[in-house]
Amino acid sequence: MTPEPHLRRDGAWVGASVPRREDPRLLAGRGRFVDDIVLPGMLHAQFVRSTAAHARITAVDLSEVRAVPGVVAAFSAEDLDLDDITAELDRPAHEFVPTSMPVLARDRVRYVGEPIAIVIARDPYAVEDGLEAAVVEYEELEPVVSDTAALAEGAPLVHDNAPANTLVDVSLFATEGIDDVFAEADCVVRIRTKTGRQNALPLETRGVVADWDDRDEQLRVQTCTQVPHQVRTVLSRCTGLQERQVRVTVPDMGGGFGQKCVVGREEIAAAAAALRLRRPVKWIEDRRDALTAAFLAREQRYDVRAAFDAEGRILAIDADVVCDMGAYSCYPFTAGIEPLMASAEMPGVYKLPAYRVRGRAVTTNKAPTAPYRGVSRPQYVMVVERLMERAARELGMDPVEIRRRNVITVFPYTGINNITYDPGSYRESLDLCEQVLRDEGWYDVRGSADRVIGIGYACFSERTGYGSGAFAQRKMSVVPGFDISEVRMDTSGALVVTTGTMSHGQSHETTMAQIVADRLGVPIDRIRIQQGDTDRITYGWGSFASRSITIGGSAVAAASRKLGDQLREIAAHLLEADVDNTELDGESGVRLRDAPDRRLSFIEIADVAYLRAHLLPKNVGPGLTATASFDVGGDGTFSNATHGVVVELDRGTGGVEILRYVCVEDCGVAIHPQVVEGQCRGGIAQGIAGALFEQVTYDDAGQPLCPSFMEYKVPTAAEIPDVEIHHLETPSAFTESGAKGAGEGGTIGAPAAVLNAVNDALRSTGVELDDTPIARETVHRALEAGS
Amino acid sequence: MKPAAFTYHRARSVAAAVGLLNDLGDDAKIIAGGQSLVAMMNFRLARPEHLIDIGRVPGLDHIRRDGAALRIGALVTHHAVETADLGTDFAVVSDAMRWIGHLPIRTRGTVGGSLAHADATAEWCLLAVLLDAEIVAEGSGGRRTIPAGEFFQGVFTTALEPDELIVEVVFPRPAPRAALTEYAERRGDFATVAAAVDLDAPRVVLGGVATVPLRVPSAEAVLMTDGPRIPAGEAAAAAIDPRDEPGVSAHYRRALTRTLVERACEEAAAR
Ligand SMILES: Cc1cc2nc3c(=O)[nH]c(=O)nc-3n(C[C@H](O)[C@H](O)[C@H](O)COP(=O)(O)OP(=O)(O)OC[C@H]3O[C@@H](n4cnc5c(N)ncnc54)[C@H](O)[C@@H]3O)c2cc1C
Repeated sequence: MTPEPHLRRDGAWVGASVPRREDPRLLAGRGRFVDDIVLPGMLHAQFVRSTAAHARITAVDLSEVRAVPGVVAAFSAEDLDLDDITAELDRPAHEFVPTSMPVLARDRVRYVGEPIAIVIARDPYAVEDGLEAAVVEYEELEPVVSDTAALAEGAPLVHDNAPANTLVDVSLFATEGIDDVFAEADCVVRIRTKTGRQNALPLETRGVVADWDDRDEQLRVQTCTQVPHQVRTVLSRCTGLQERQVRVTVPDMGGGFGQKCVVGREEIAAAAAALRLRRPVKWIEDRRDALTAAFLAREQRYDVRAAFDAEGRILAIDADVVCDMGAYSCYPFTAGIEPLMASAEMPGVYKLPAYRVRGRAVTTNKAPTAPYRGVSRPQYVMVVERLMERAARELGMDPVEIRRRNVITVFPYTGINNITYDPGSYRESLDLCEQVLRDEGWYDVRGSADRVIGIGYACFSERTGYGSGAFAQRKMSVVPGFDISEVRMDTSGALVVTTGTMSHGQSHETTMAQIVADRLGVPIDRIRIQQGDTDRITYGWGSFASRSITIGGSAVAAASRKLGDQLREIAAHLLEADVDNTELDGESGVRLRDAPDRRLSFIEIADVAYLRAHLLPKNVGPGLTATASFDVGGDGTFSNATHGVVVELDRGTGGVEILRYVCVEDCGVAIHPQVVEGQCRGGIAQGIAGALFEQVTYDDAGQPLCPSFMEYKVPTAAEIPDVEIHHLETPSAFTESGAKGAGEGGTIGAPAAVLNAVNDALRSTGVELDDTPIARETVHRALEAGS
Repeated sequence: MKPAAFTYHRARSVAAAVGLLNDLGDDAKIIAGGQSLVAMMNFRLARPEHLIDIGRVPGLDHIRRDGAALRIGALVTHHAVETADLGTDFAVVSDAMRWIGHLPIRTRGTVGGSLAHADATAEWCLLAVLLDAEIVAEGSGGRRTIPAGEFFQGVFTTALEPDELIVEVVFPRPAPRAALTEYAERRGDFATVAAAVDLDAPRVVLGGVATVPLRVPSAEAVLMTDGPRIPAGEAAAAAIDPRDEPGVSAHYRRALTRTLVERACEEAAAR
């Protein structure tokens, strides 16, 4: 572990916060997003959506729609006749029940906003006129609008094949004798909490432009997705096209956060409509649909007990987790994504001797869910960090000290959850975070009599870059993990590098190029990163779960190294030297080790490789390309961080203000520290949103109550504090450049730290709050009762 | 979120706008800054067949002292008021503007639009009642002046006739010791509760607790006799009768009322 590593880099690209390659076009408004794409004769699509939360469809009549001026076509499920989208786990029926998600609802609707028909018109206004003319008749069924209602005796079934509305029910761990541990423990604490349903809320809503190309015999789909190849696979399965007949490309993206790492029904339907009409079709999700009918996340209920000894050492955790996954399993992850993540990873940074967990996913008549930045970790970290603080309070200990006694300090550490944790700076990040707040005098401020101030922490780790093995362990039947990269050098000595990952705002065009630049000794402006094109890139898994730099970046590095070897081999032949006597000279050339002035530039080598191939050595083919794949071995690599937060509560209103936010993070080698900080800040903003602001709510009939930003309270810049970030660096041995993932940590730590700080501020009231988002009225009531 | 089709008319004068309102009847709507109307049209909650744009009507964009009074034209934007120097007499008006939405909204939204839209938590509506404003309207029957106390009639309902246009609002008396404050979870949101006080009149007006901006005579009586602060807050909280709503119980709204009236009194006294 090294403090502030990026301050002392020396000429290498990795570790330098170079100007982002993306910035000139994005900052000047010259980016190209899906909605910027205009094709000749392009039509516009929107969806007739269910107005009932749970109903049988008895009739869909689109005849009036087709008569609306400007409307070109309207298709129901029957008209398009597409196969369903079904995501599977390799688990027995008592553990997992799959759902068939039709692209357009056929005979049954399961949430308000579910697409029933697609309407296509000459302009976006006529489309909406068309939607108003649709007639759908429903036979209403009783809706299931909460996890408790879903599990209630005799509850109506959302899917007839899922008894007790349970899609996933797994008990991954149950340490023998755990009940005795609880019986004999000095201290047992319990947290029961419910976290609000949230929307990942990319600024750019979902959208697609699709058209059929006769010359290429291809359905060309330009869509803002984190997973272009998975969109191609599903589209080919739903339509019966071969995958070569589908080309998915991805333009600039305004965020995804997981909402776009699953395949959306609308992008499939719009593409199928373009195929049918042989005309370009554009669908841009409007904000109302984005808030009510897009994939949601995060609504979970925990009932967790923890046992401690008198010195504050944790002895056992016993957890029951129920995730309200809404109406369908998402592809490819399934409804298992949240309960499996929580079950597998809950012990986190602590040395836990005994663990029992049951994780369930229930289905309800609400919009379905997808992974959202952090996936369950914001919640279980919040629960575990609350357990720590509650135990500290019961035992009369300092809340940082109790963590110090429990965090893993000797690595590698194999936990009770069968996960081996690679080295991190759990203890160091905790110490430094506390030190910063102490040095700044916040503990004195906390003591002032006339103010209501609290300090809270979250200490956590985060597995980044799940390899195939890790996902296989969760028994996913579609197992993302590897990434393949191809590096190609042209005759000008410049490079095109493919990656199967998909930047949707994370600056991969810059960071991946930095990795290549160091491997080959080529400046980054001679390197182009090619992503988001299924025709040009070998099957990739896109970007999610902090996998891009760890897995994609390692593939890019490995392919670069291979190309470097090839360049050396050709150079050795041309210089009549031994390959072992050659090295890349860091200046776009190869030189001899023992005679550095004898060198060949990459341009000279490329000249031979392409234009004078007869000069190549016998065993080397023409051209300069290298391909390599990478998968994370073992249990992969864990980033970690500690967040410290100071809040002030307003007695008169229950208002919560964040006075100070400190984040000490360790993502191994930071390729581009500023990008890492951007990821931290953005993630923290989303974590604060979950702790204090955002919640998707429904009424008893399952009608969504948050169709606009008036109701769905995404925080603005005014609500998000400055965040001070400190870096520690524990390089990963699992990845090519020592990097660990940095995409999700901010979101993971913030809810726990904020909630702990609020509870610390309420310390004199005797009230403890565990649910999020924290209701201001509840804070006010606590302060009122306590004064 | 695209509006239904409408016919667009640009009015060049107040008379022309009134004429159009008269001719087109119920199917027509005035559009000023569009910051309330367009959102409703995009959701198709409002679907006027005709829009009469008064944005370029001359003579409605003044901010002017007229003796003791302050006159503000209907097309003046929130931002123009926020950045105008109204002196200590009407600092309460310019200071209140920062509570309205966000900067882009304030640069388009207008005084006339806010008063006509008549949201019960809108700052302009509170200010109008607080300062005994007179709303000047023009219709086919000519000009008339409507006292703020009679203007707001219920949820988004005013005393305007269908063919009438707001042309100006007049604040007749200076209010050097007045303040408006409010609470919402996020900056720029409509207030959960807003409170405005004028210690000299005295006046206490609340937003967010009833269907119209609510004067609270019992709290005003306290200000008359006891002087500012805590008892006025108590009186205001006791006087209102809010409903329990999801996320905001009646009890909480009363507590917010108490707090905000107290704080408004403190702010006003400190001017
Ligand atoms: C995100 C957001 C947040 C907001 N927050 C606040 C807030 O905190 N507080 C607040 O007060 N407002 C808020 N607003 C509303 C904003 O202040 C509007 O500008 C205002 O309510 C309407 O003014 P306008 O000029 O935009 O009117 P328009 O939207 O053009 O019209 C509104 C209504 O008034 C009528 N109308 C307009 N001008 C006249 C006139 N001269 N005579 C007669 N009728 C007329 C129109 O026919 C229409 O019915 C917010 C708006 C948004 C989008």
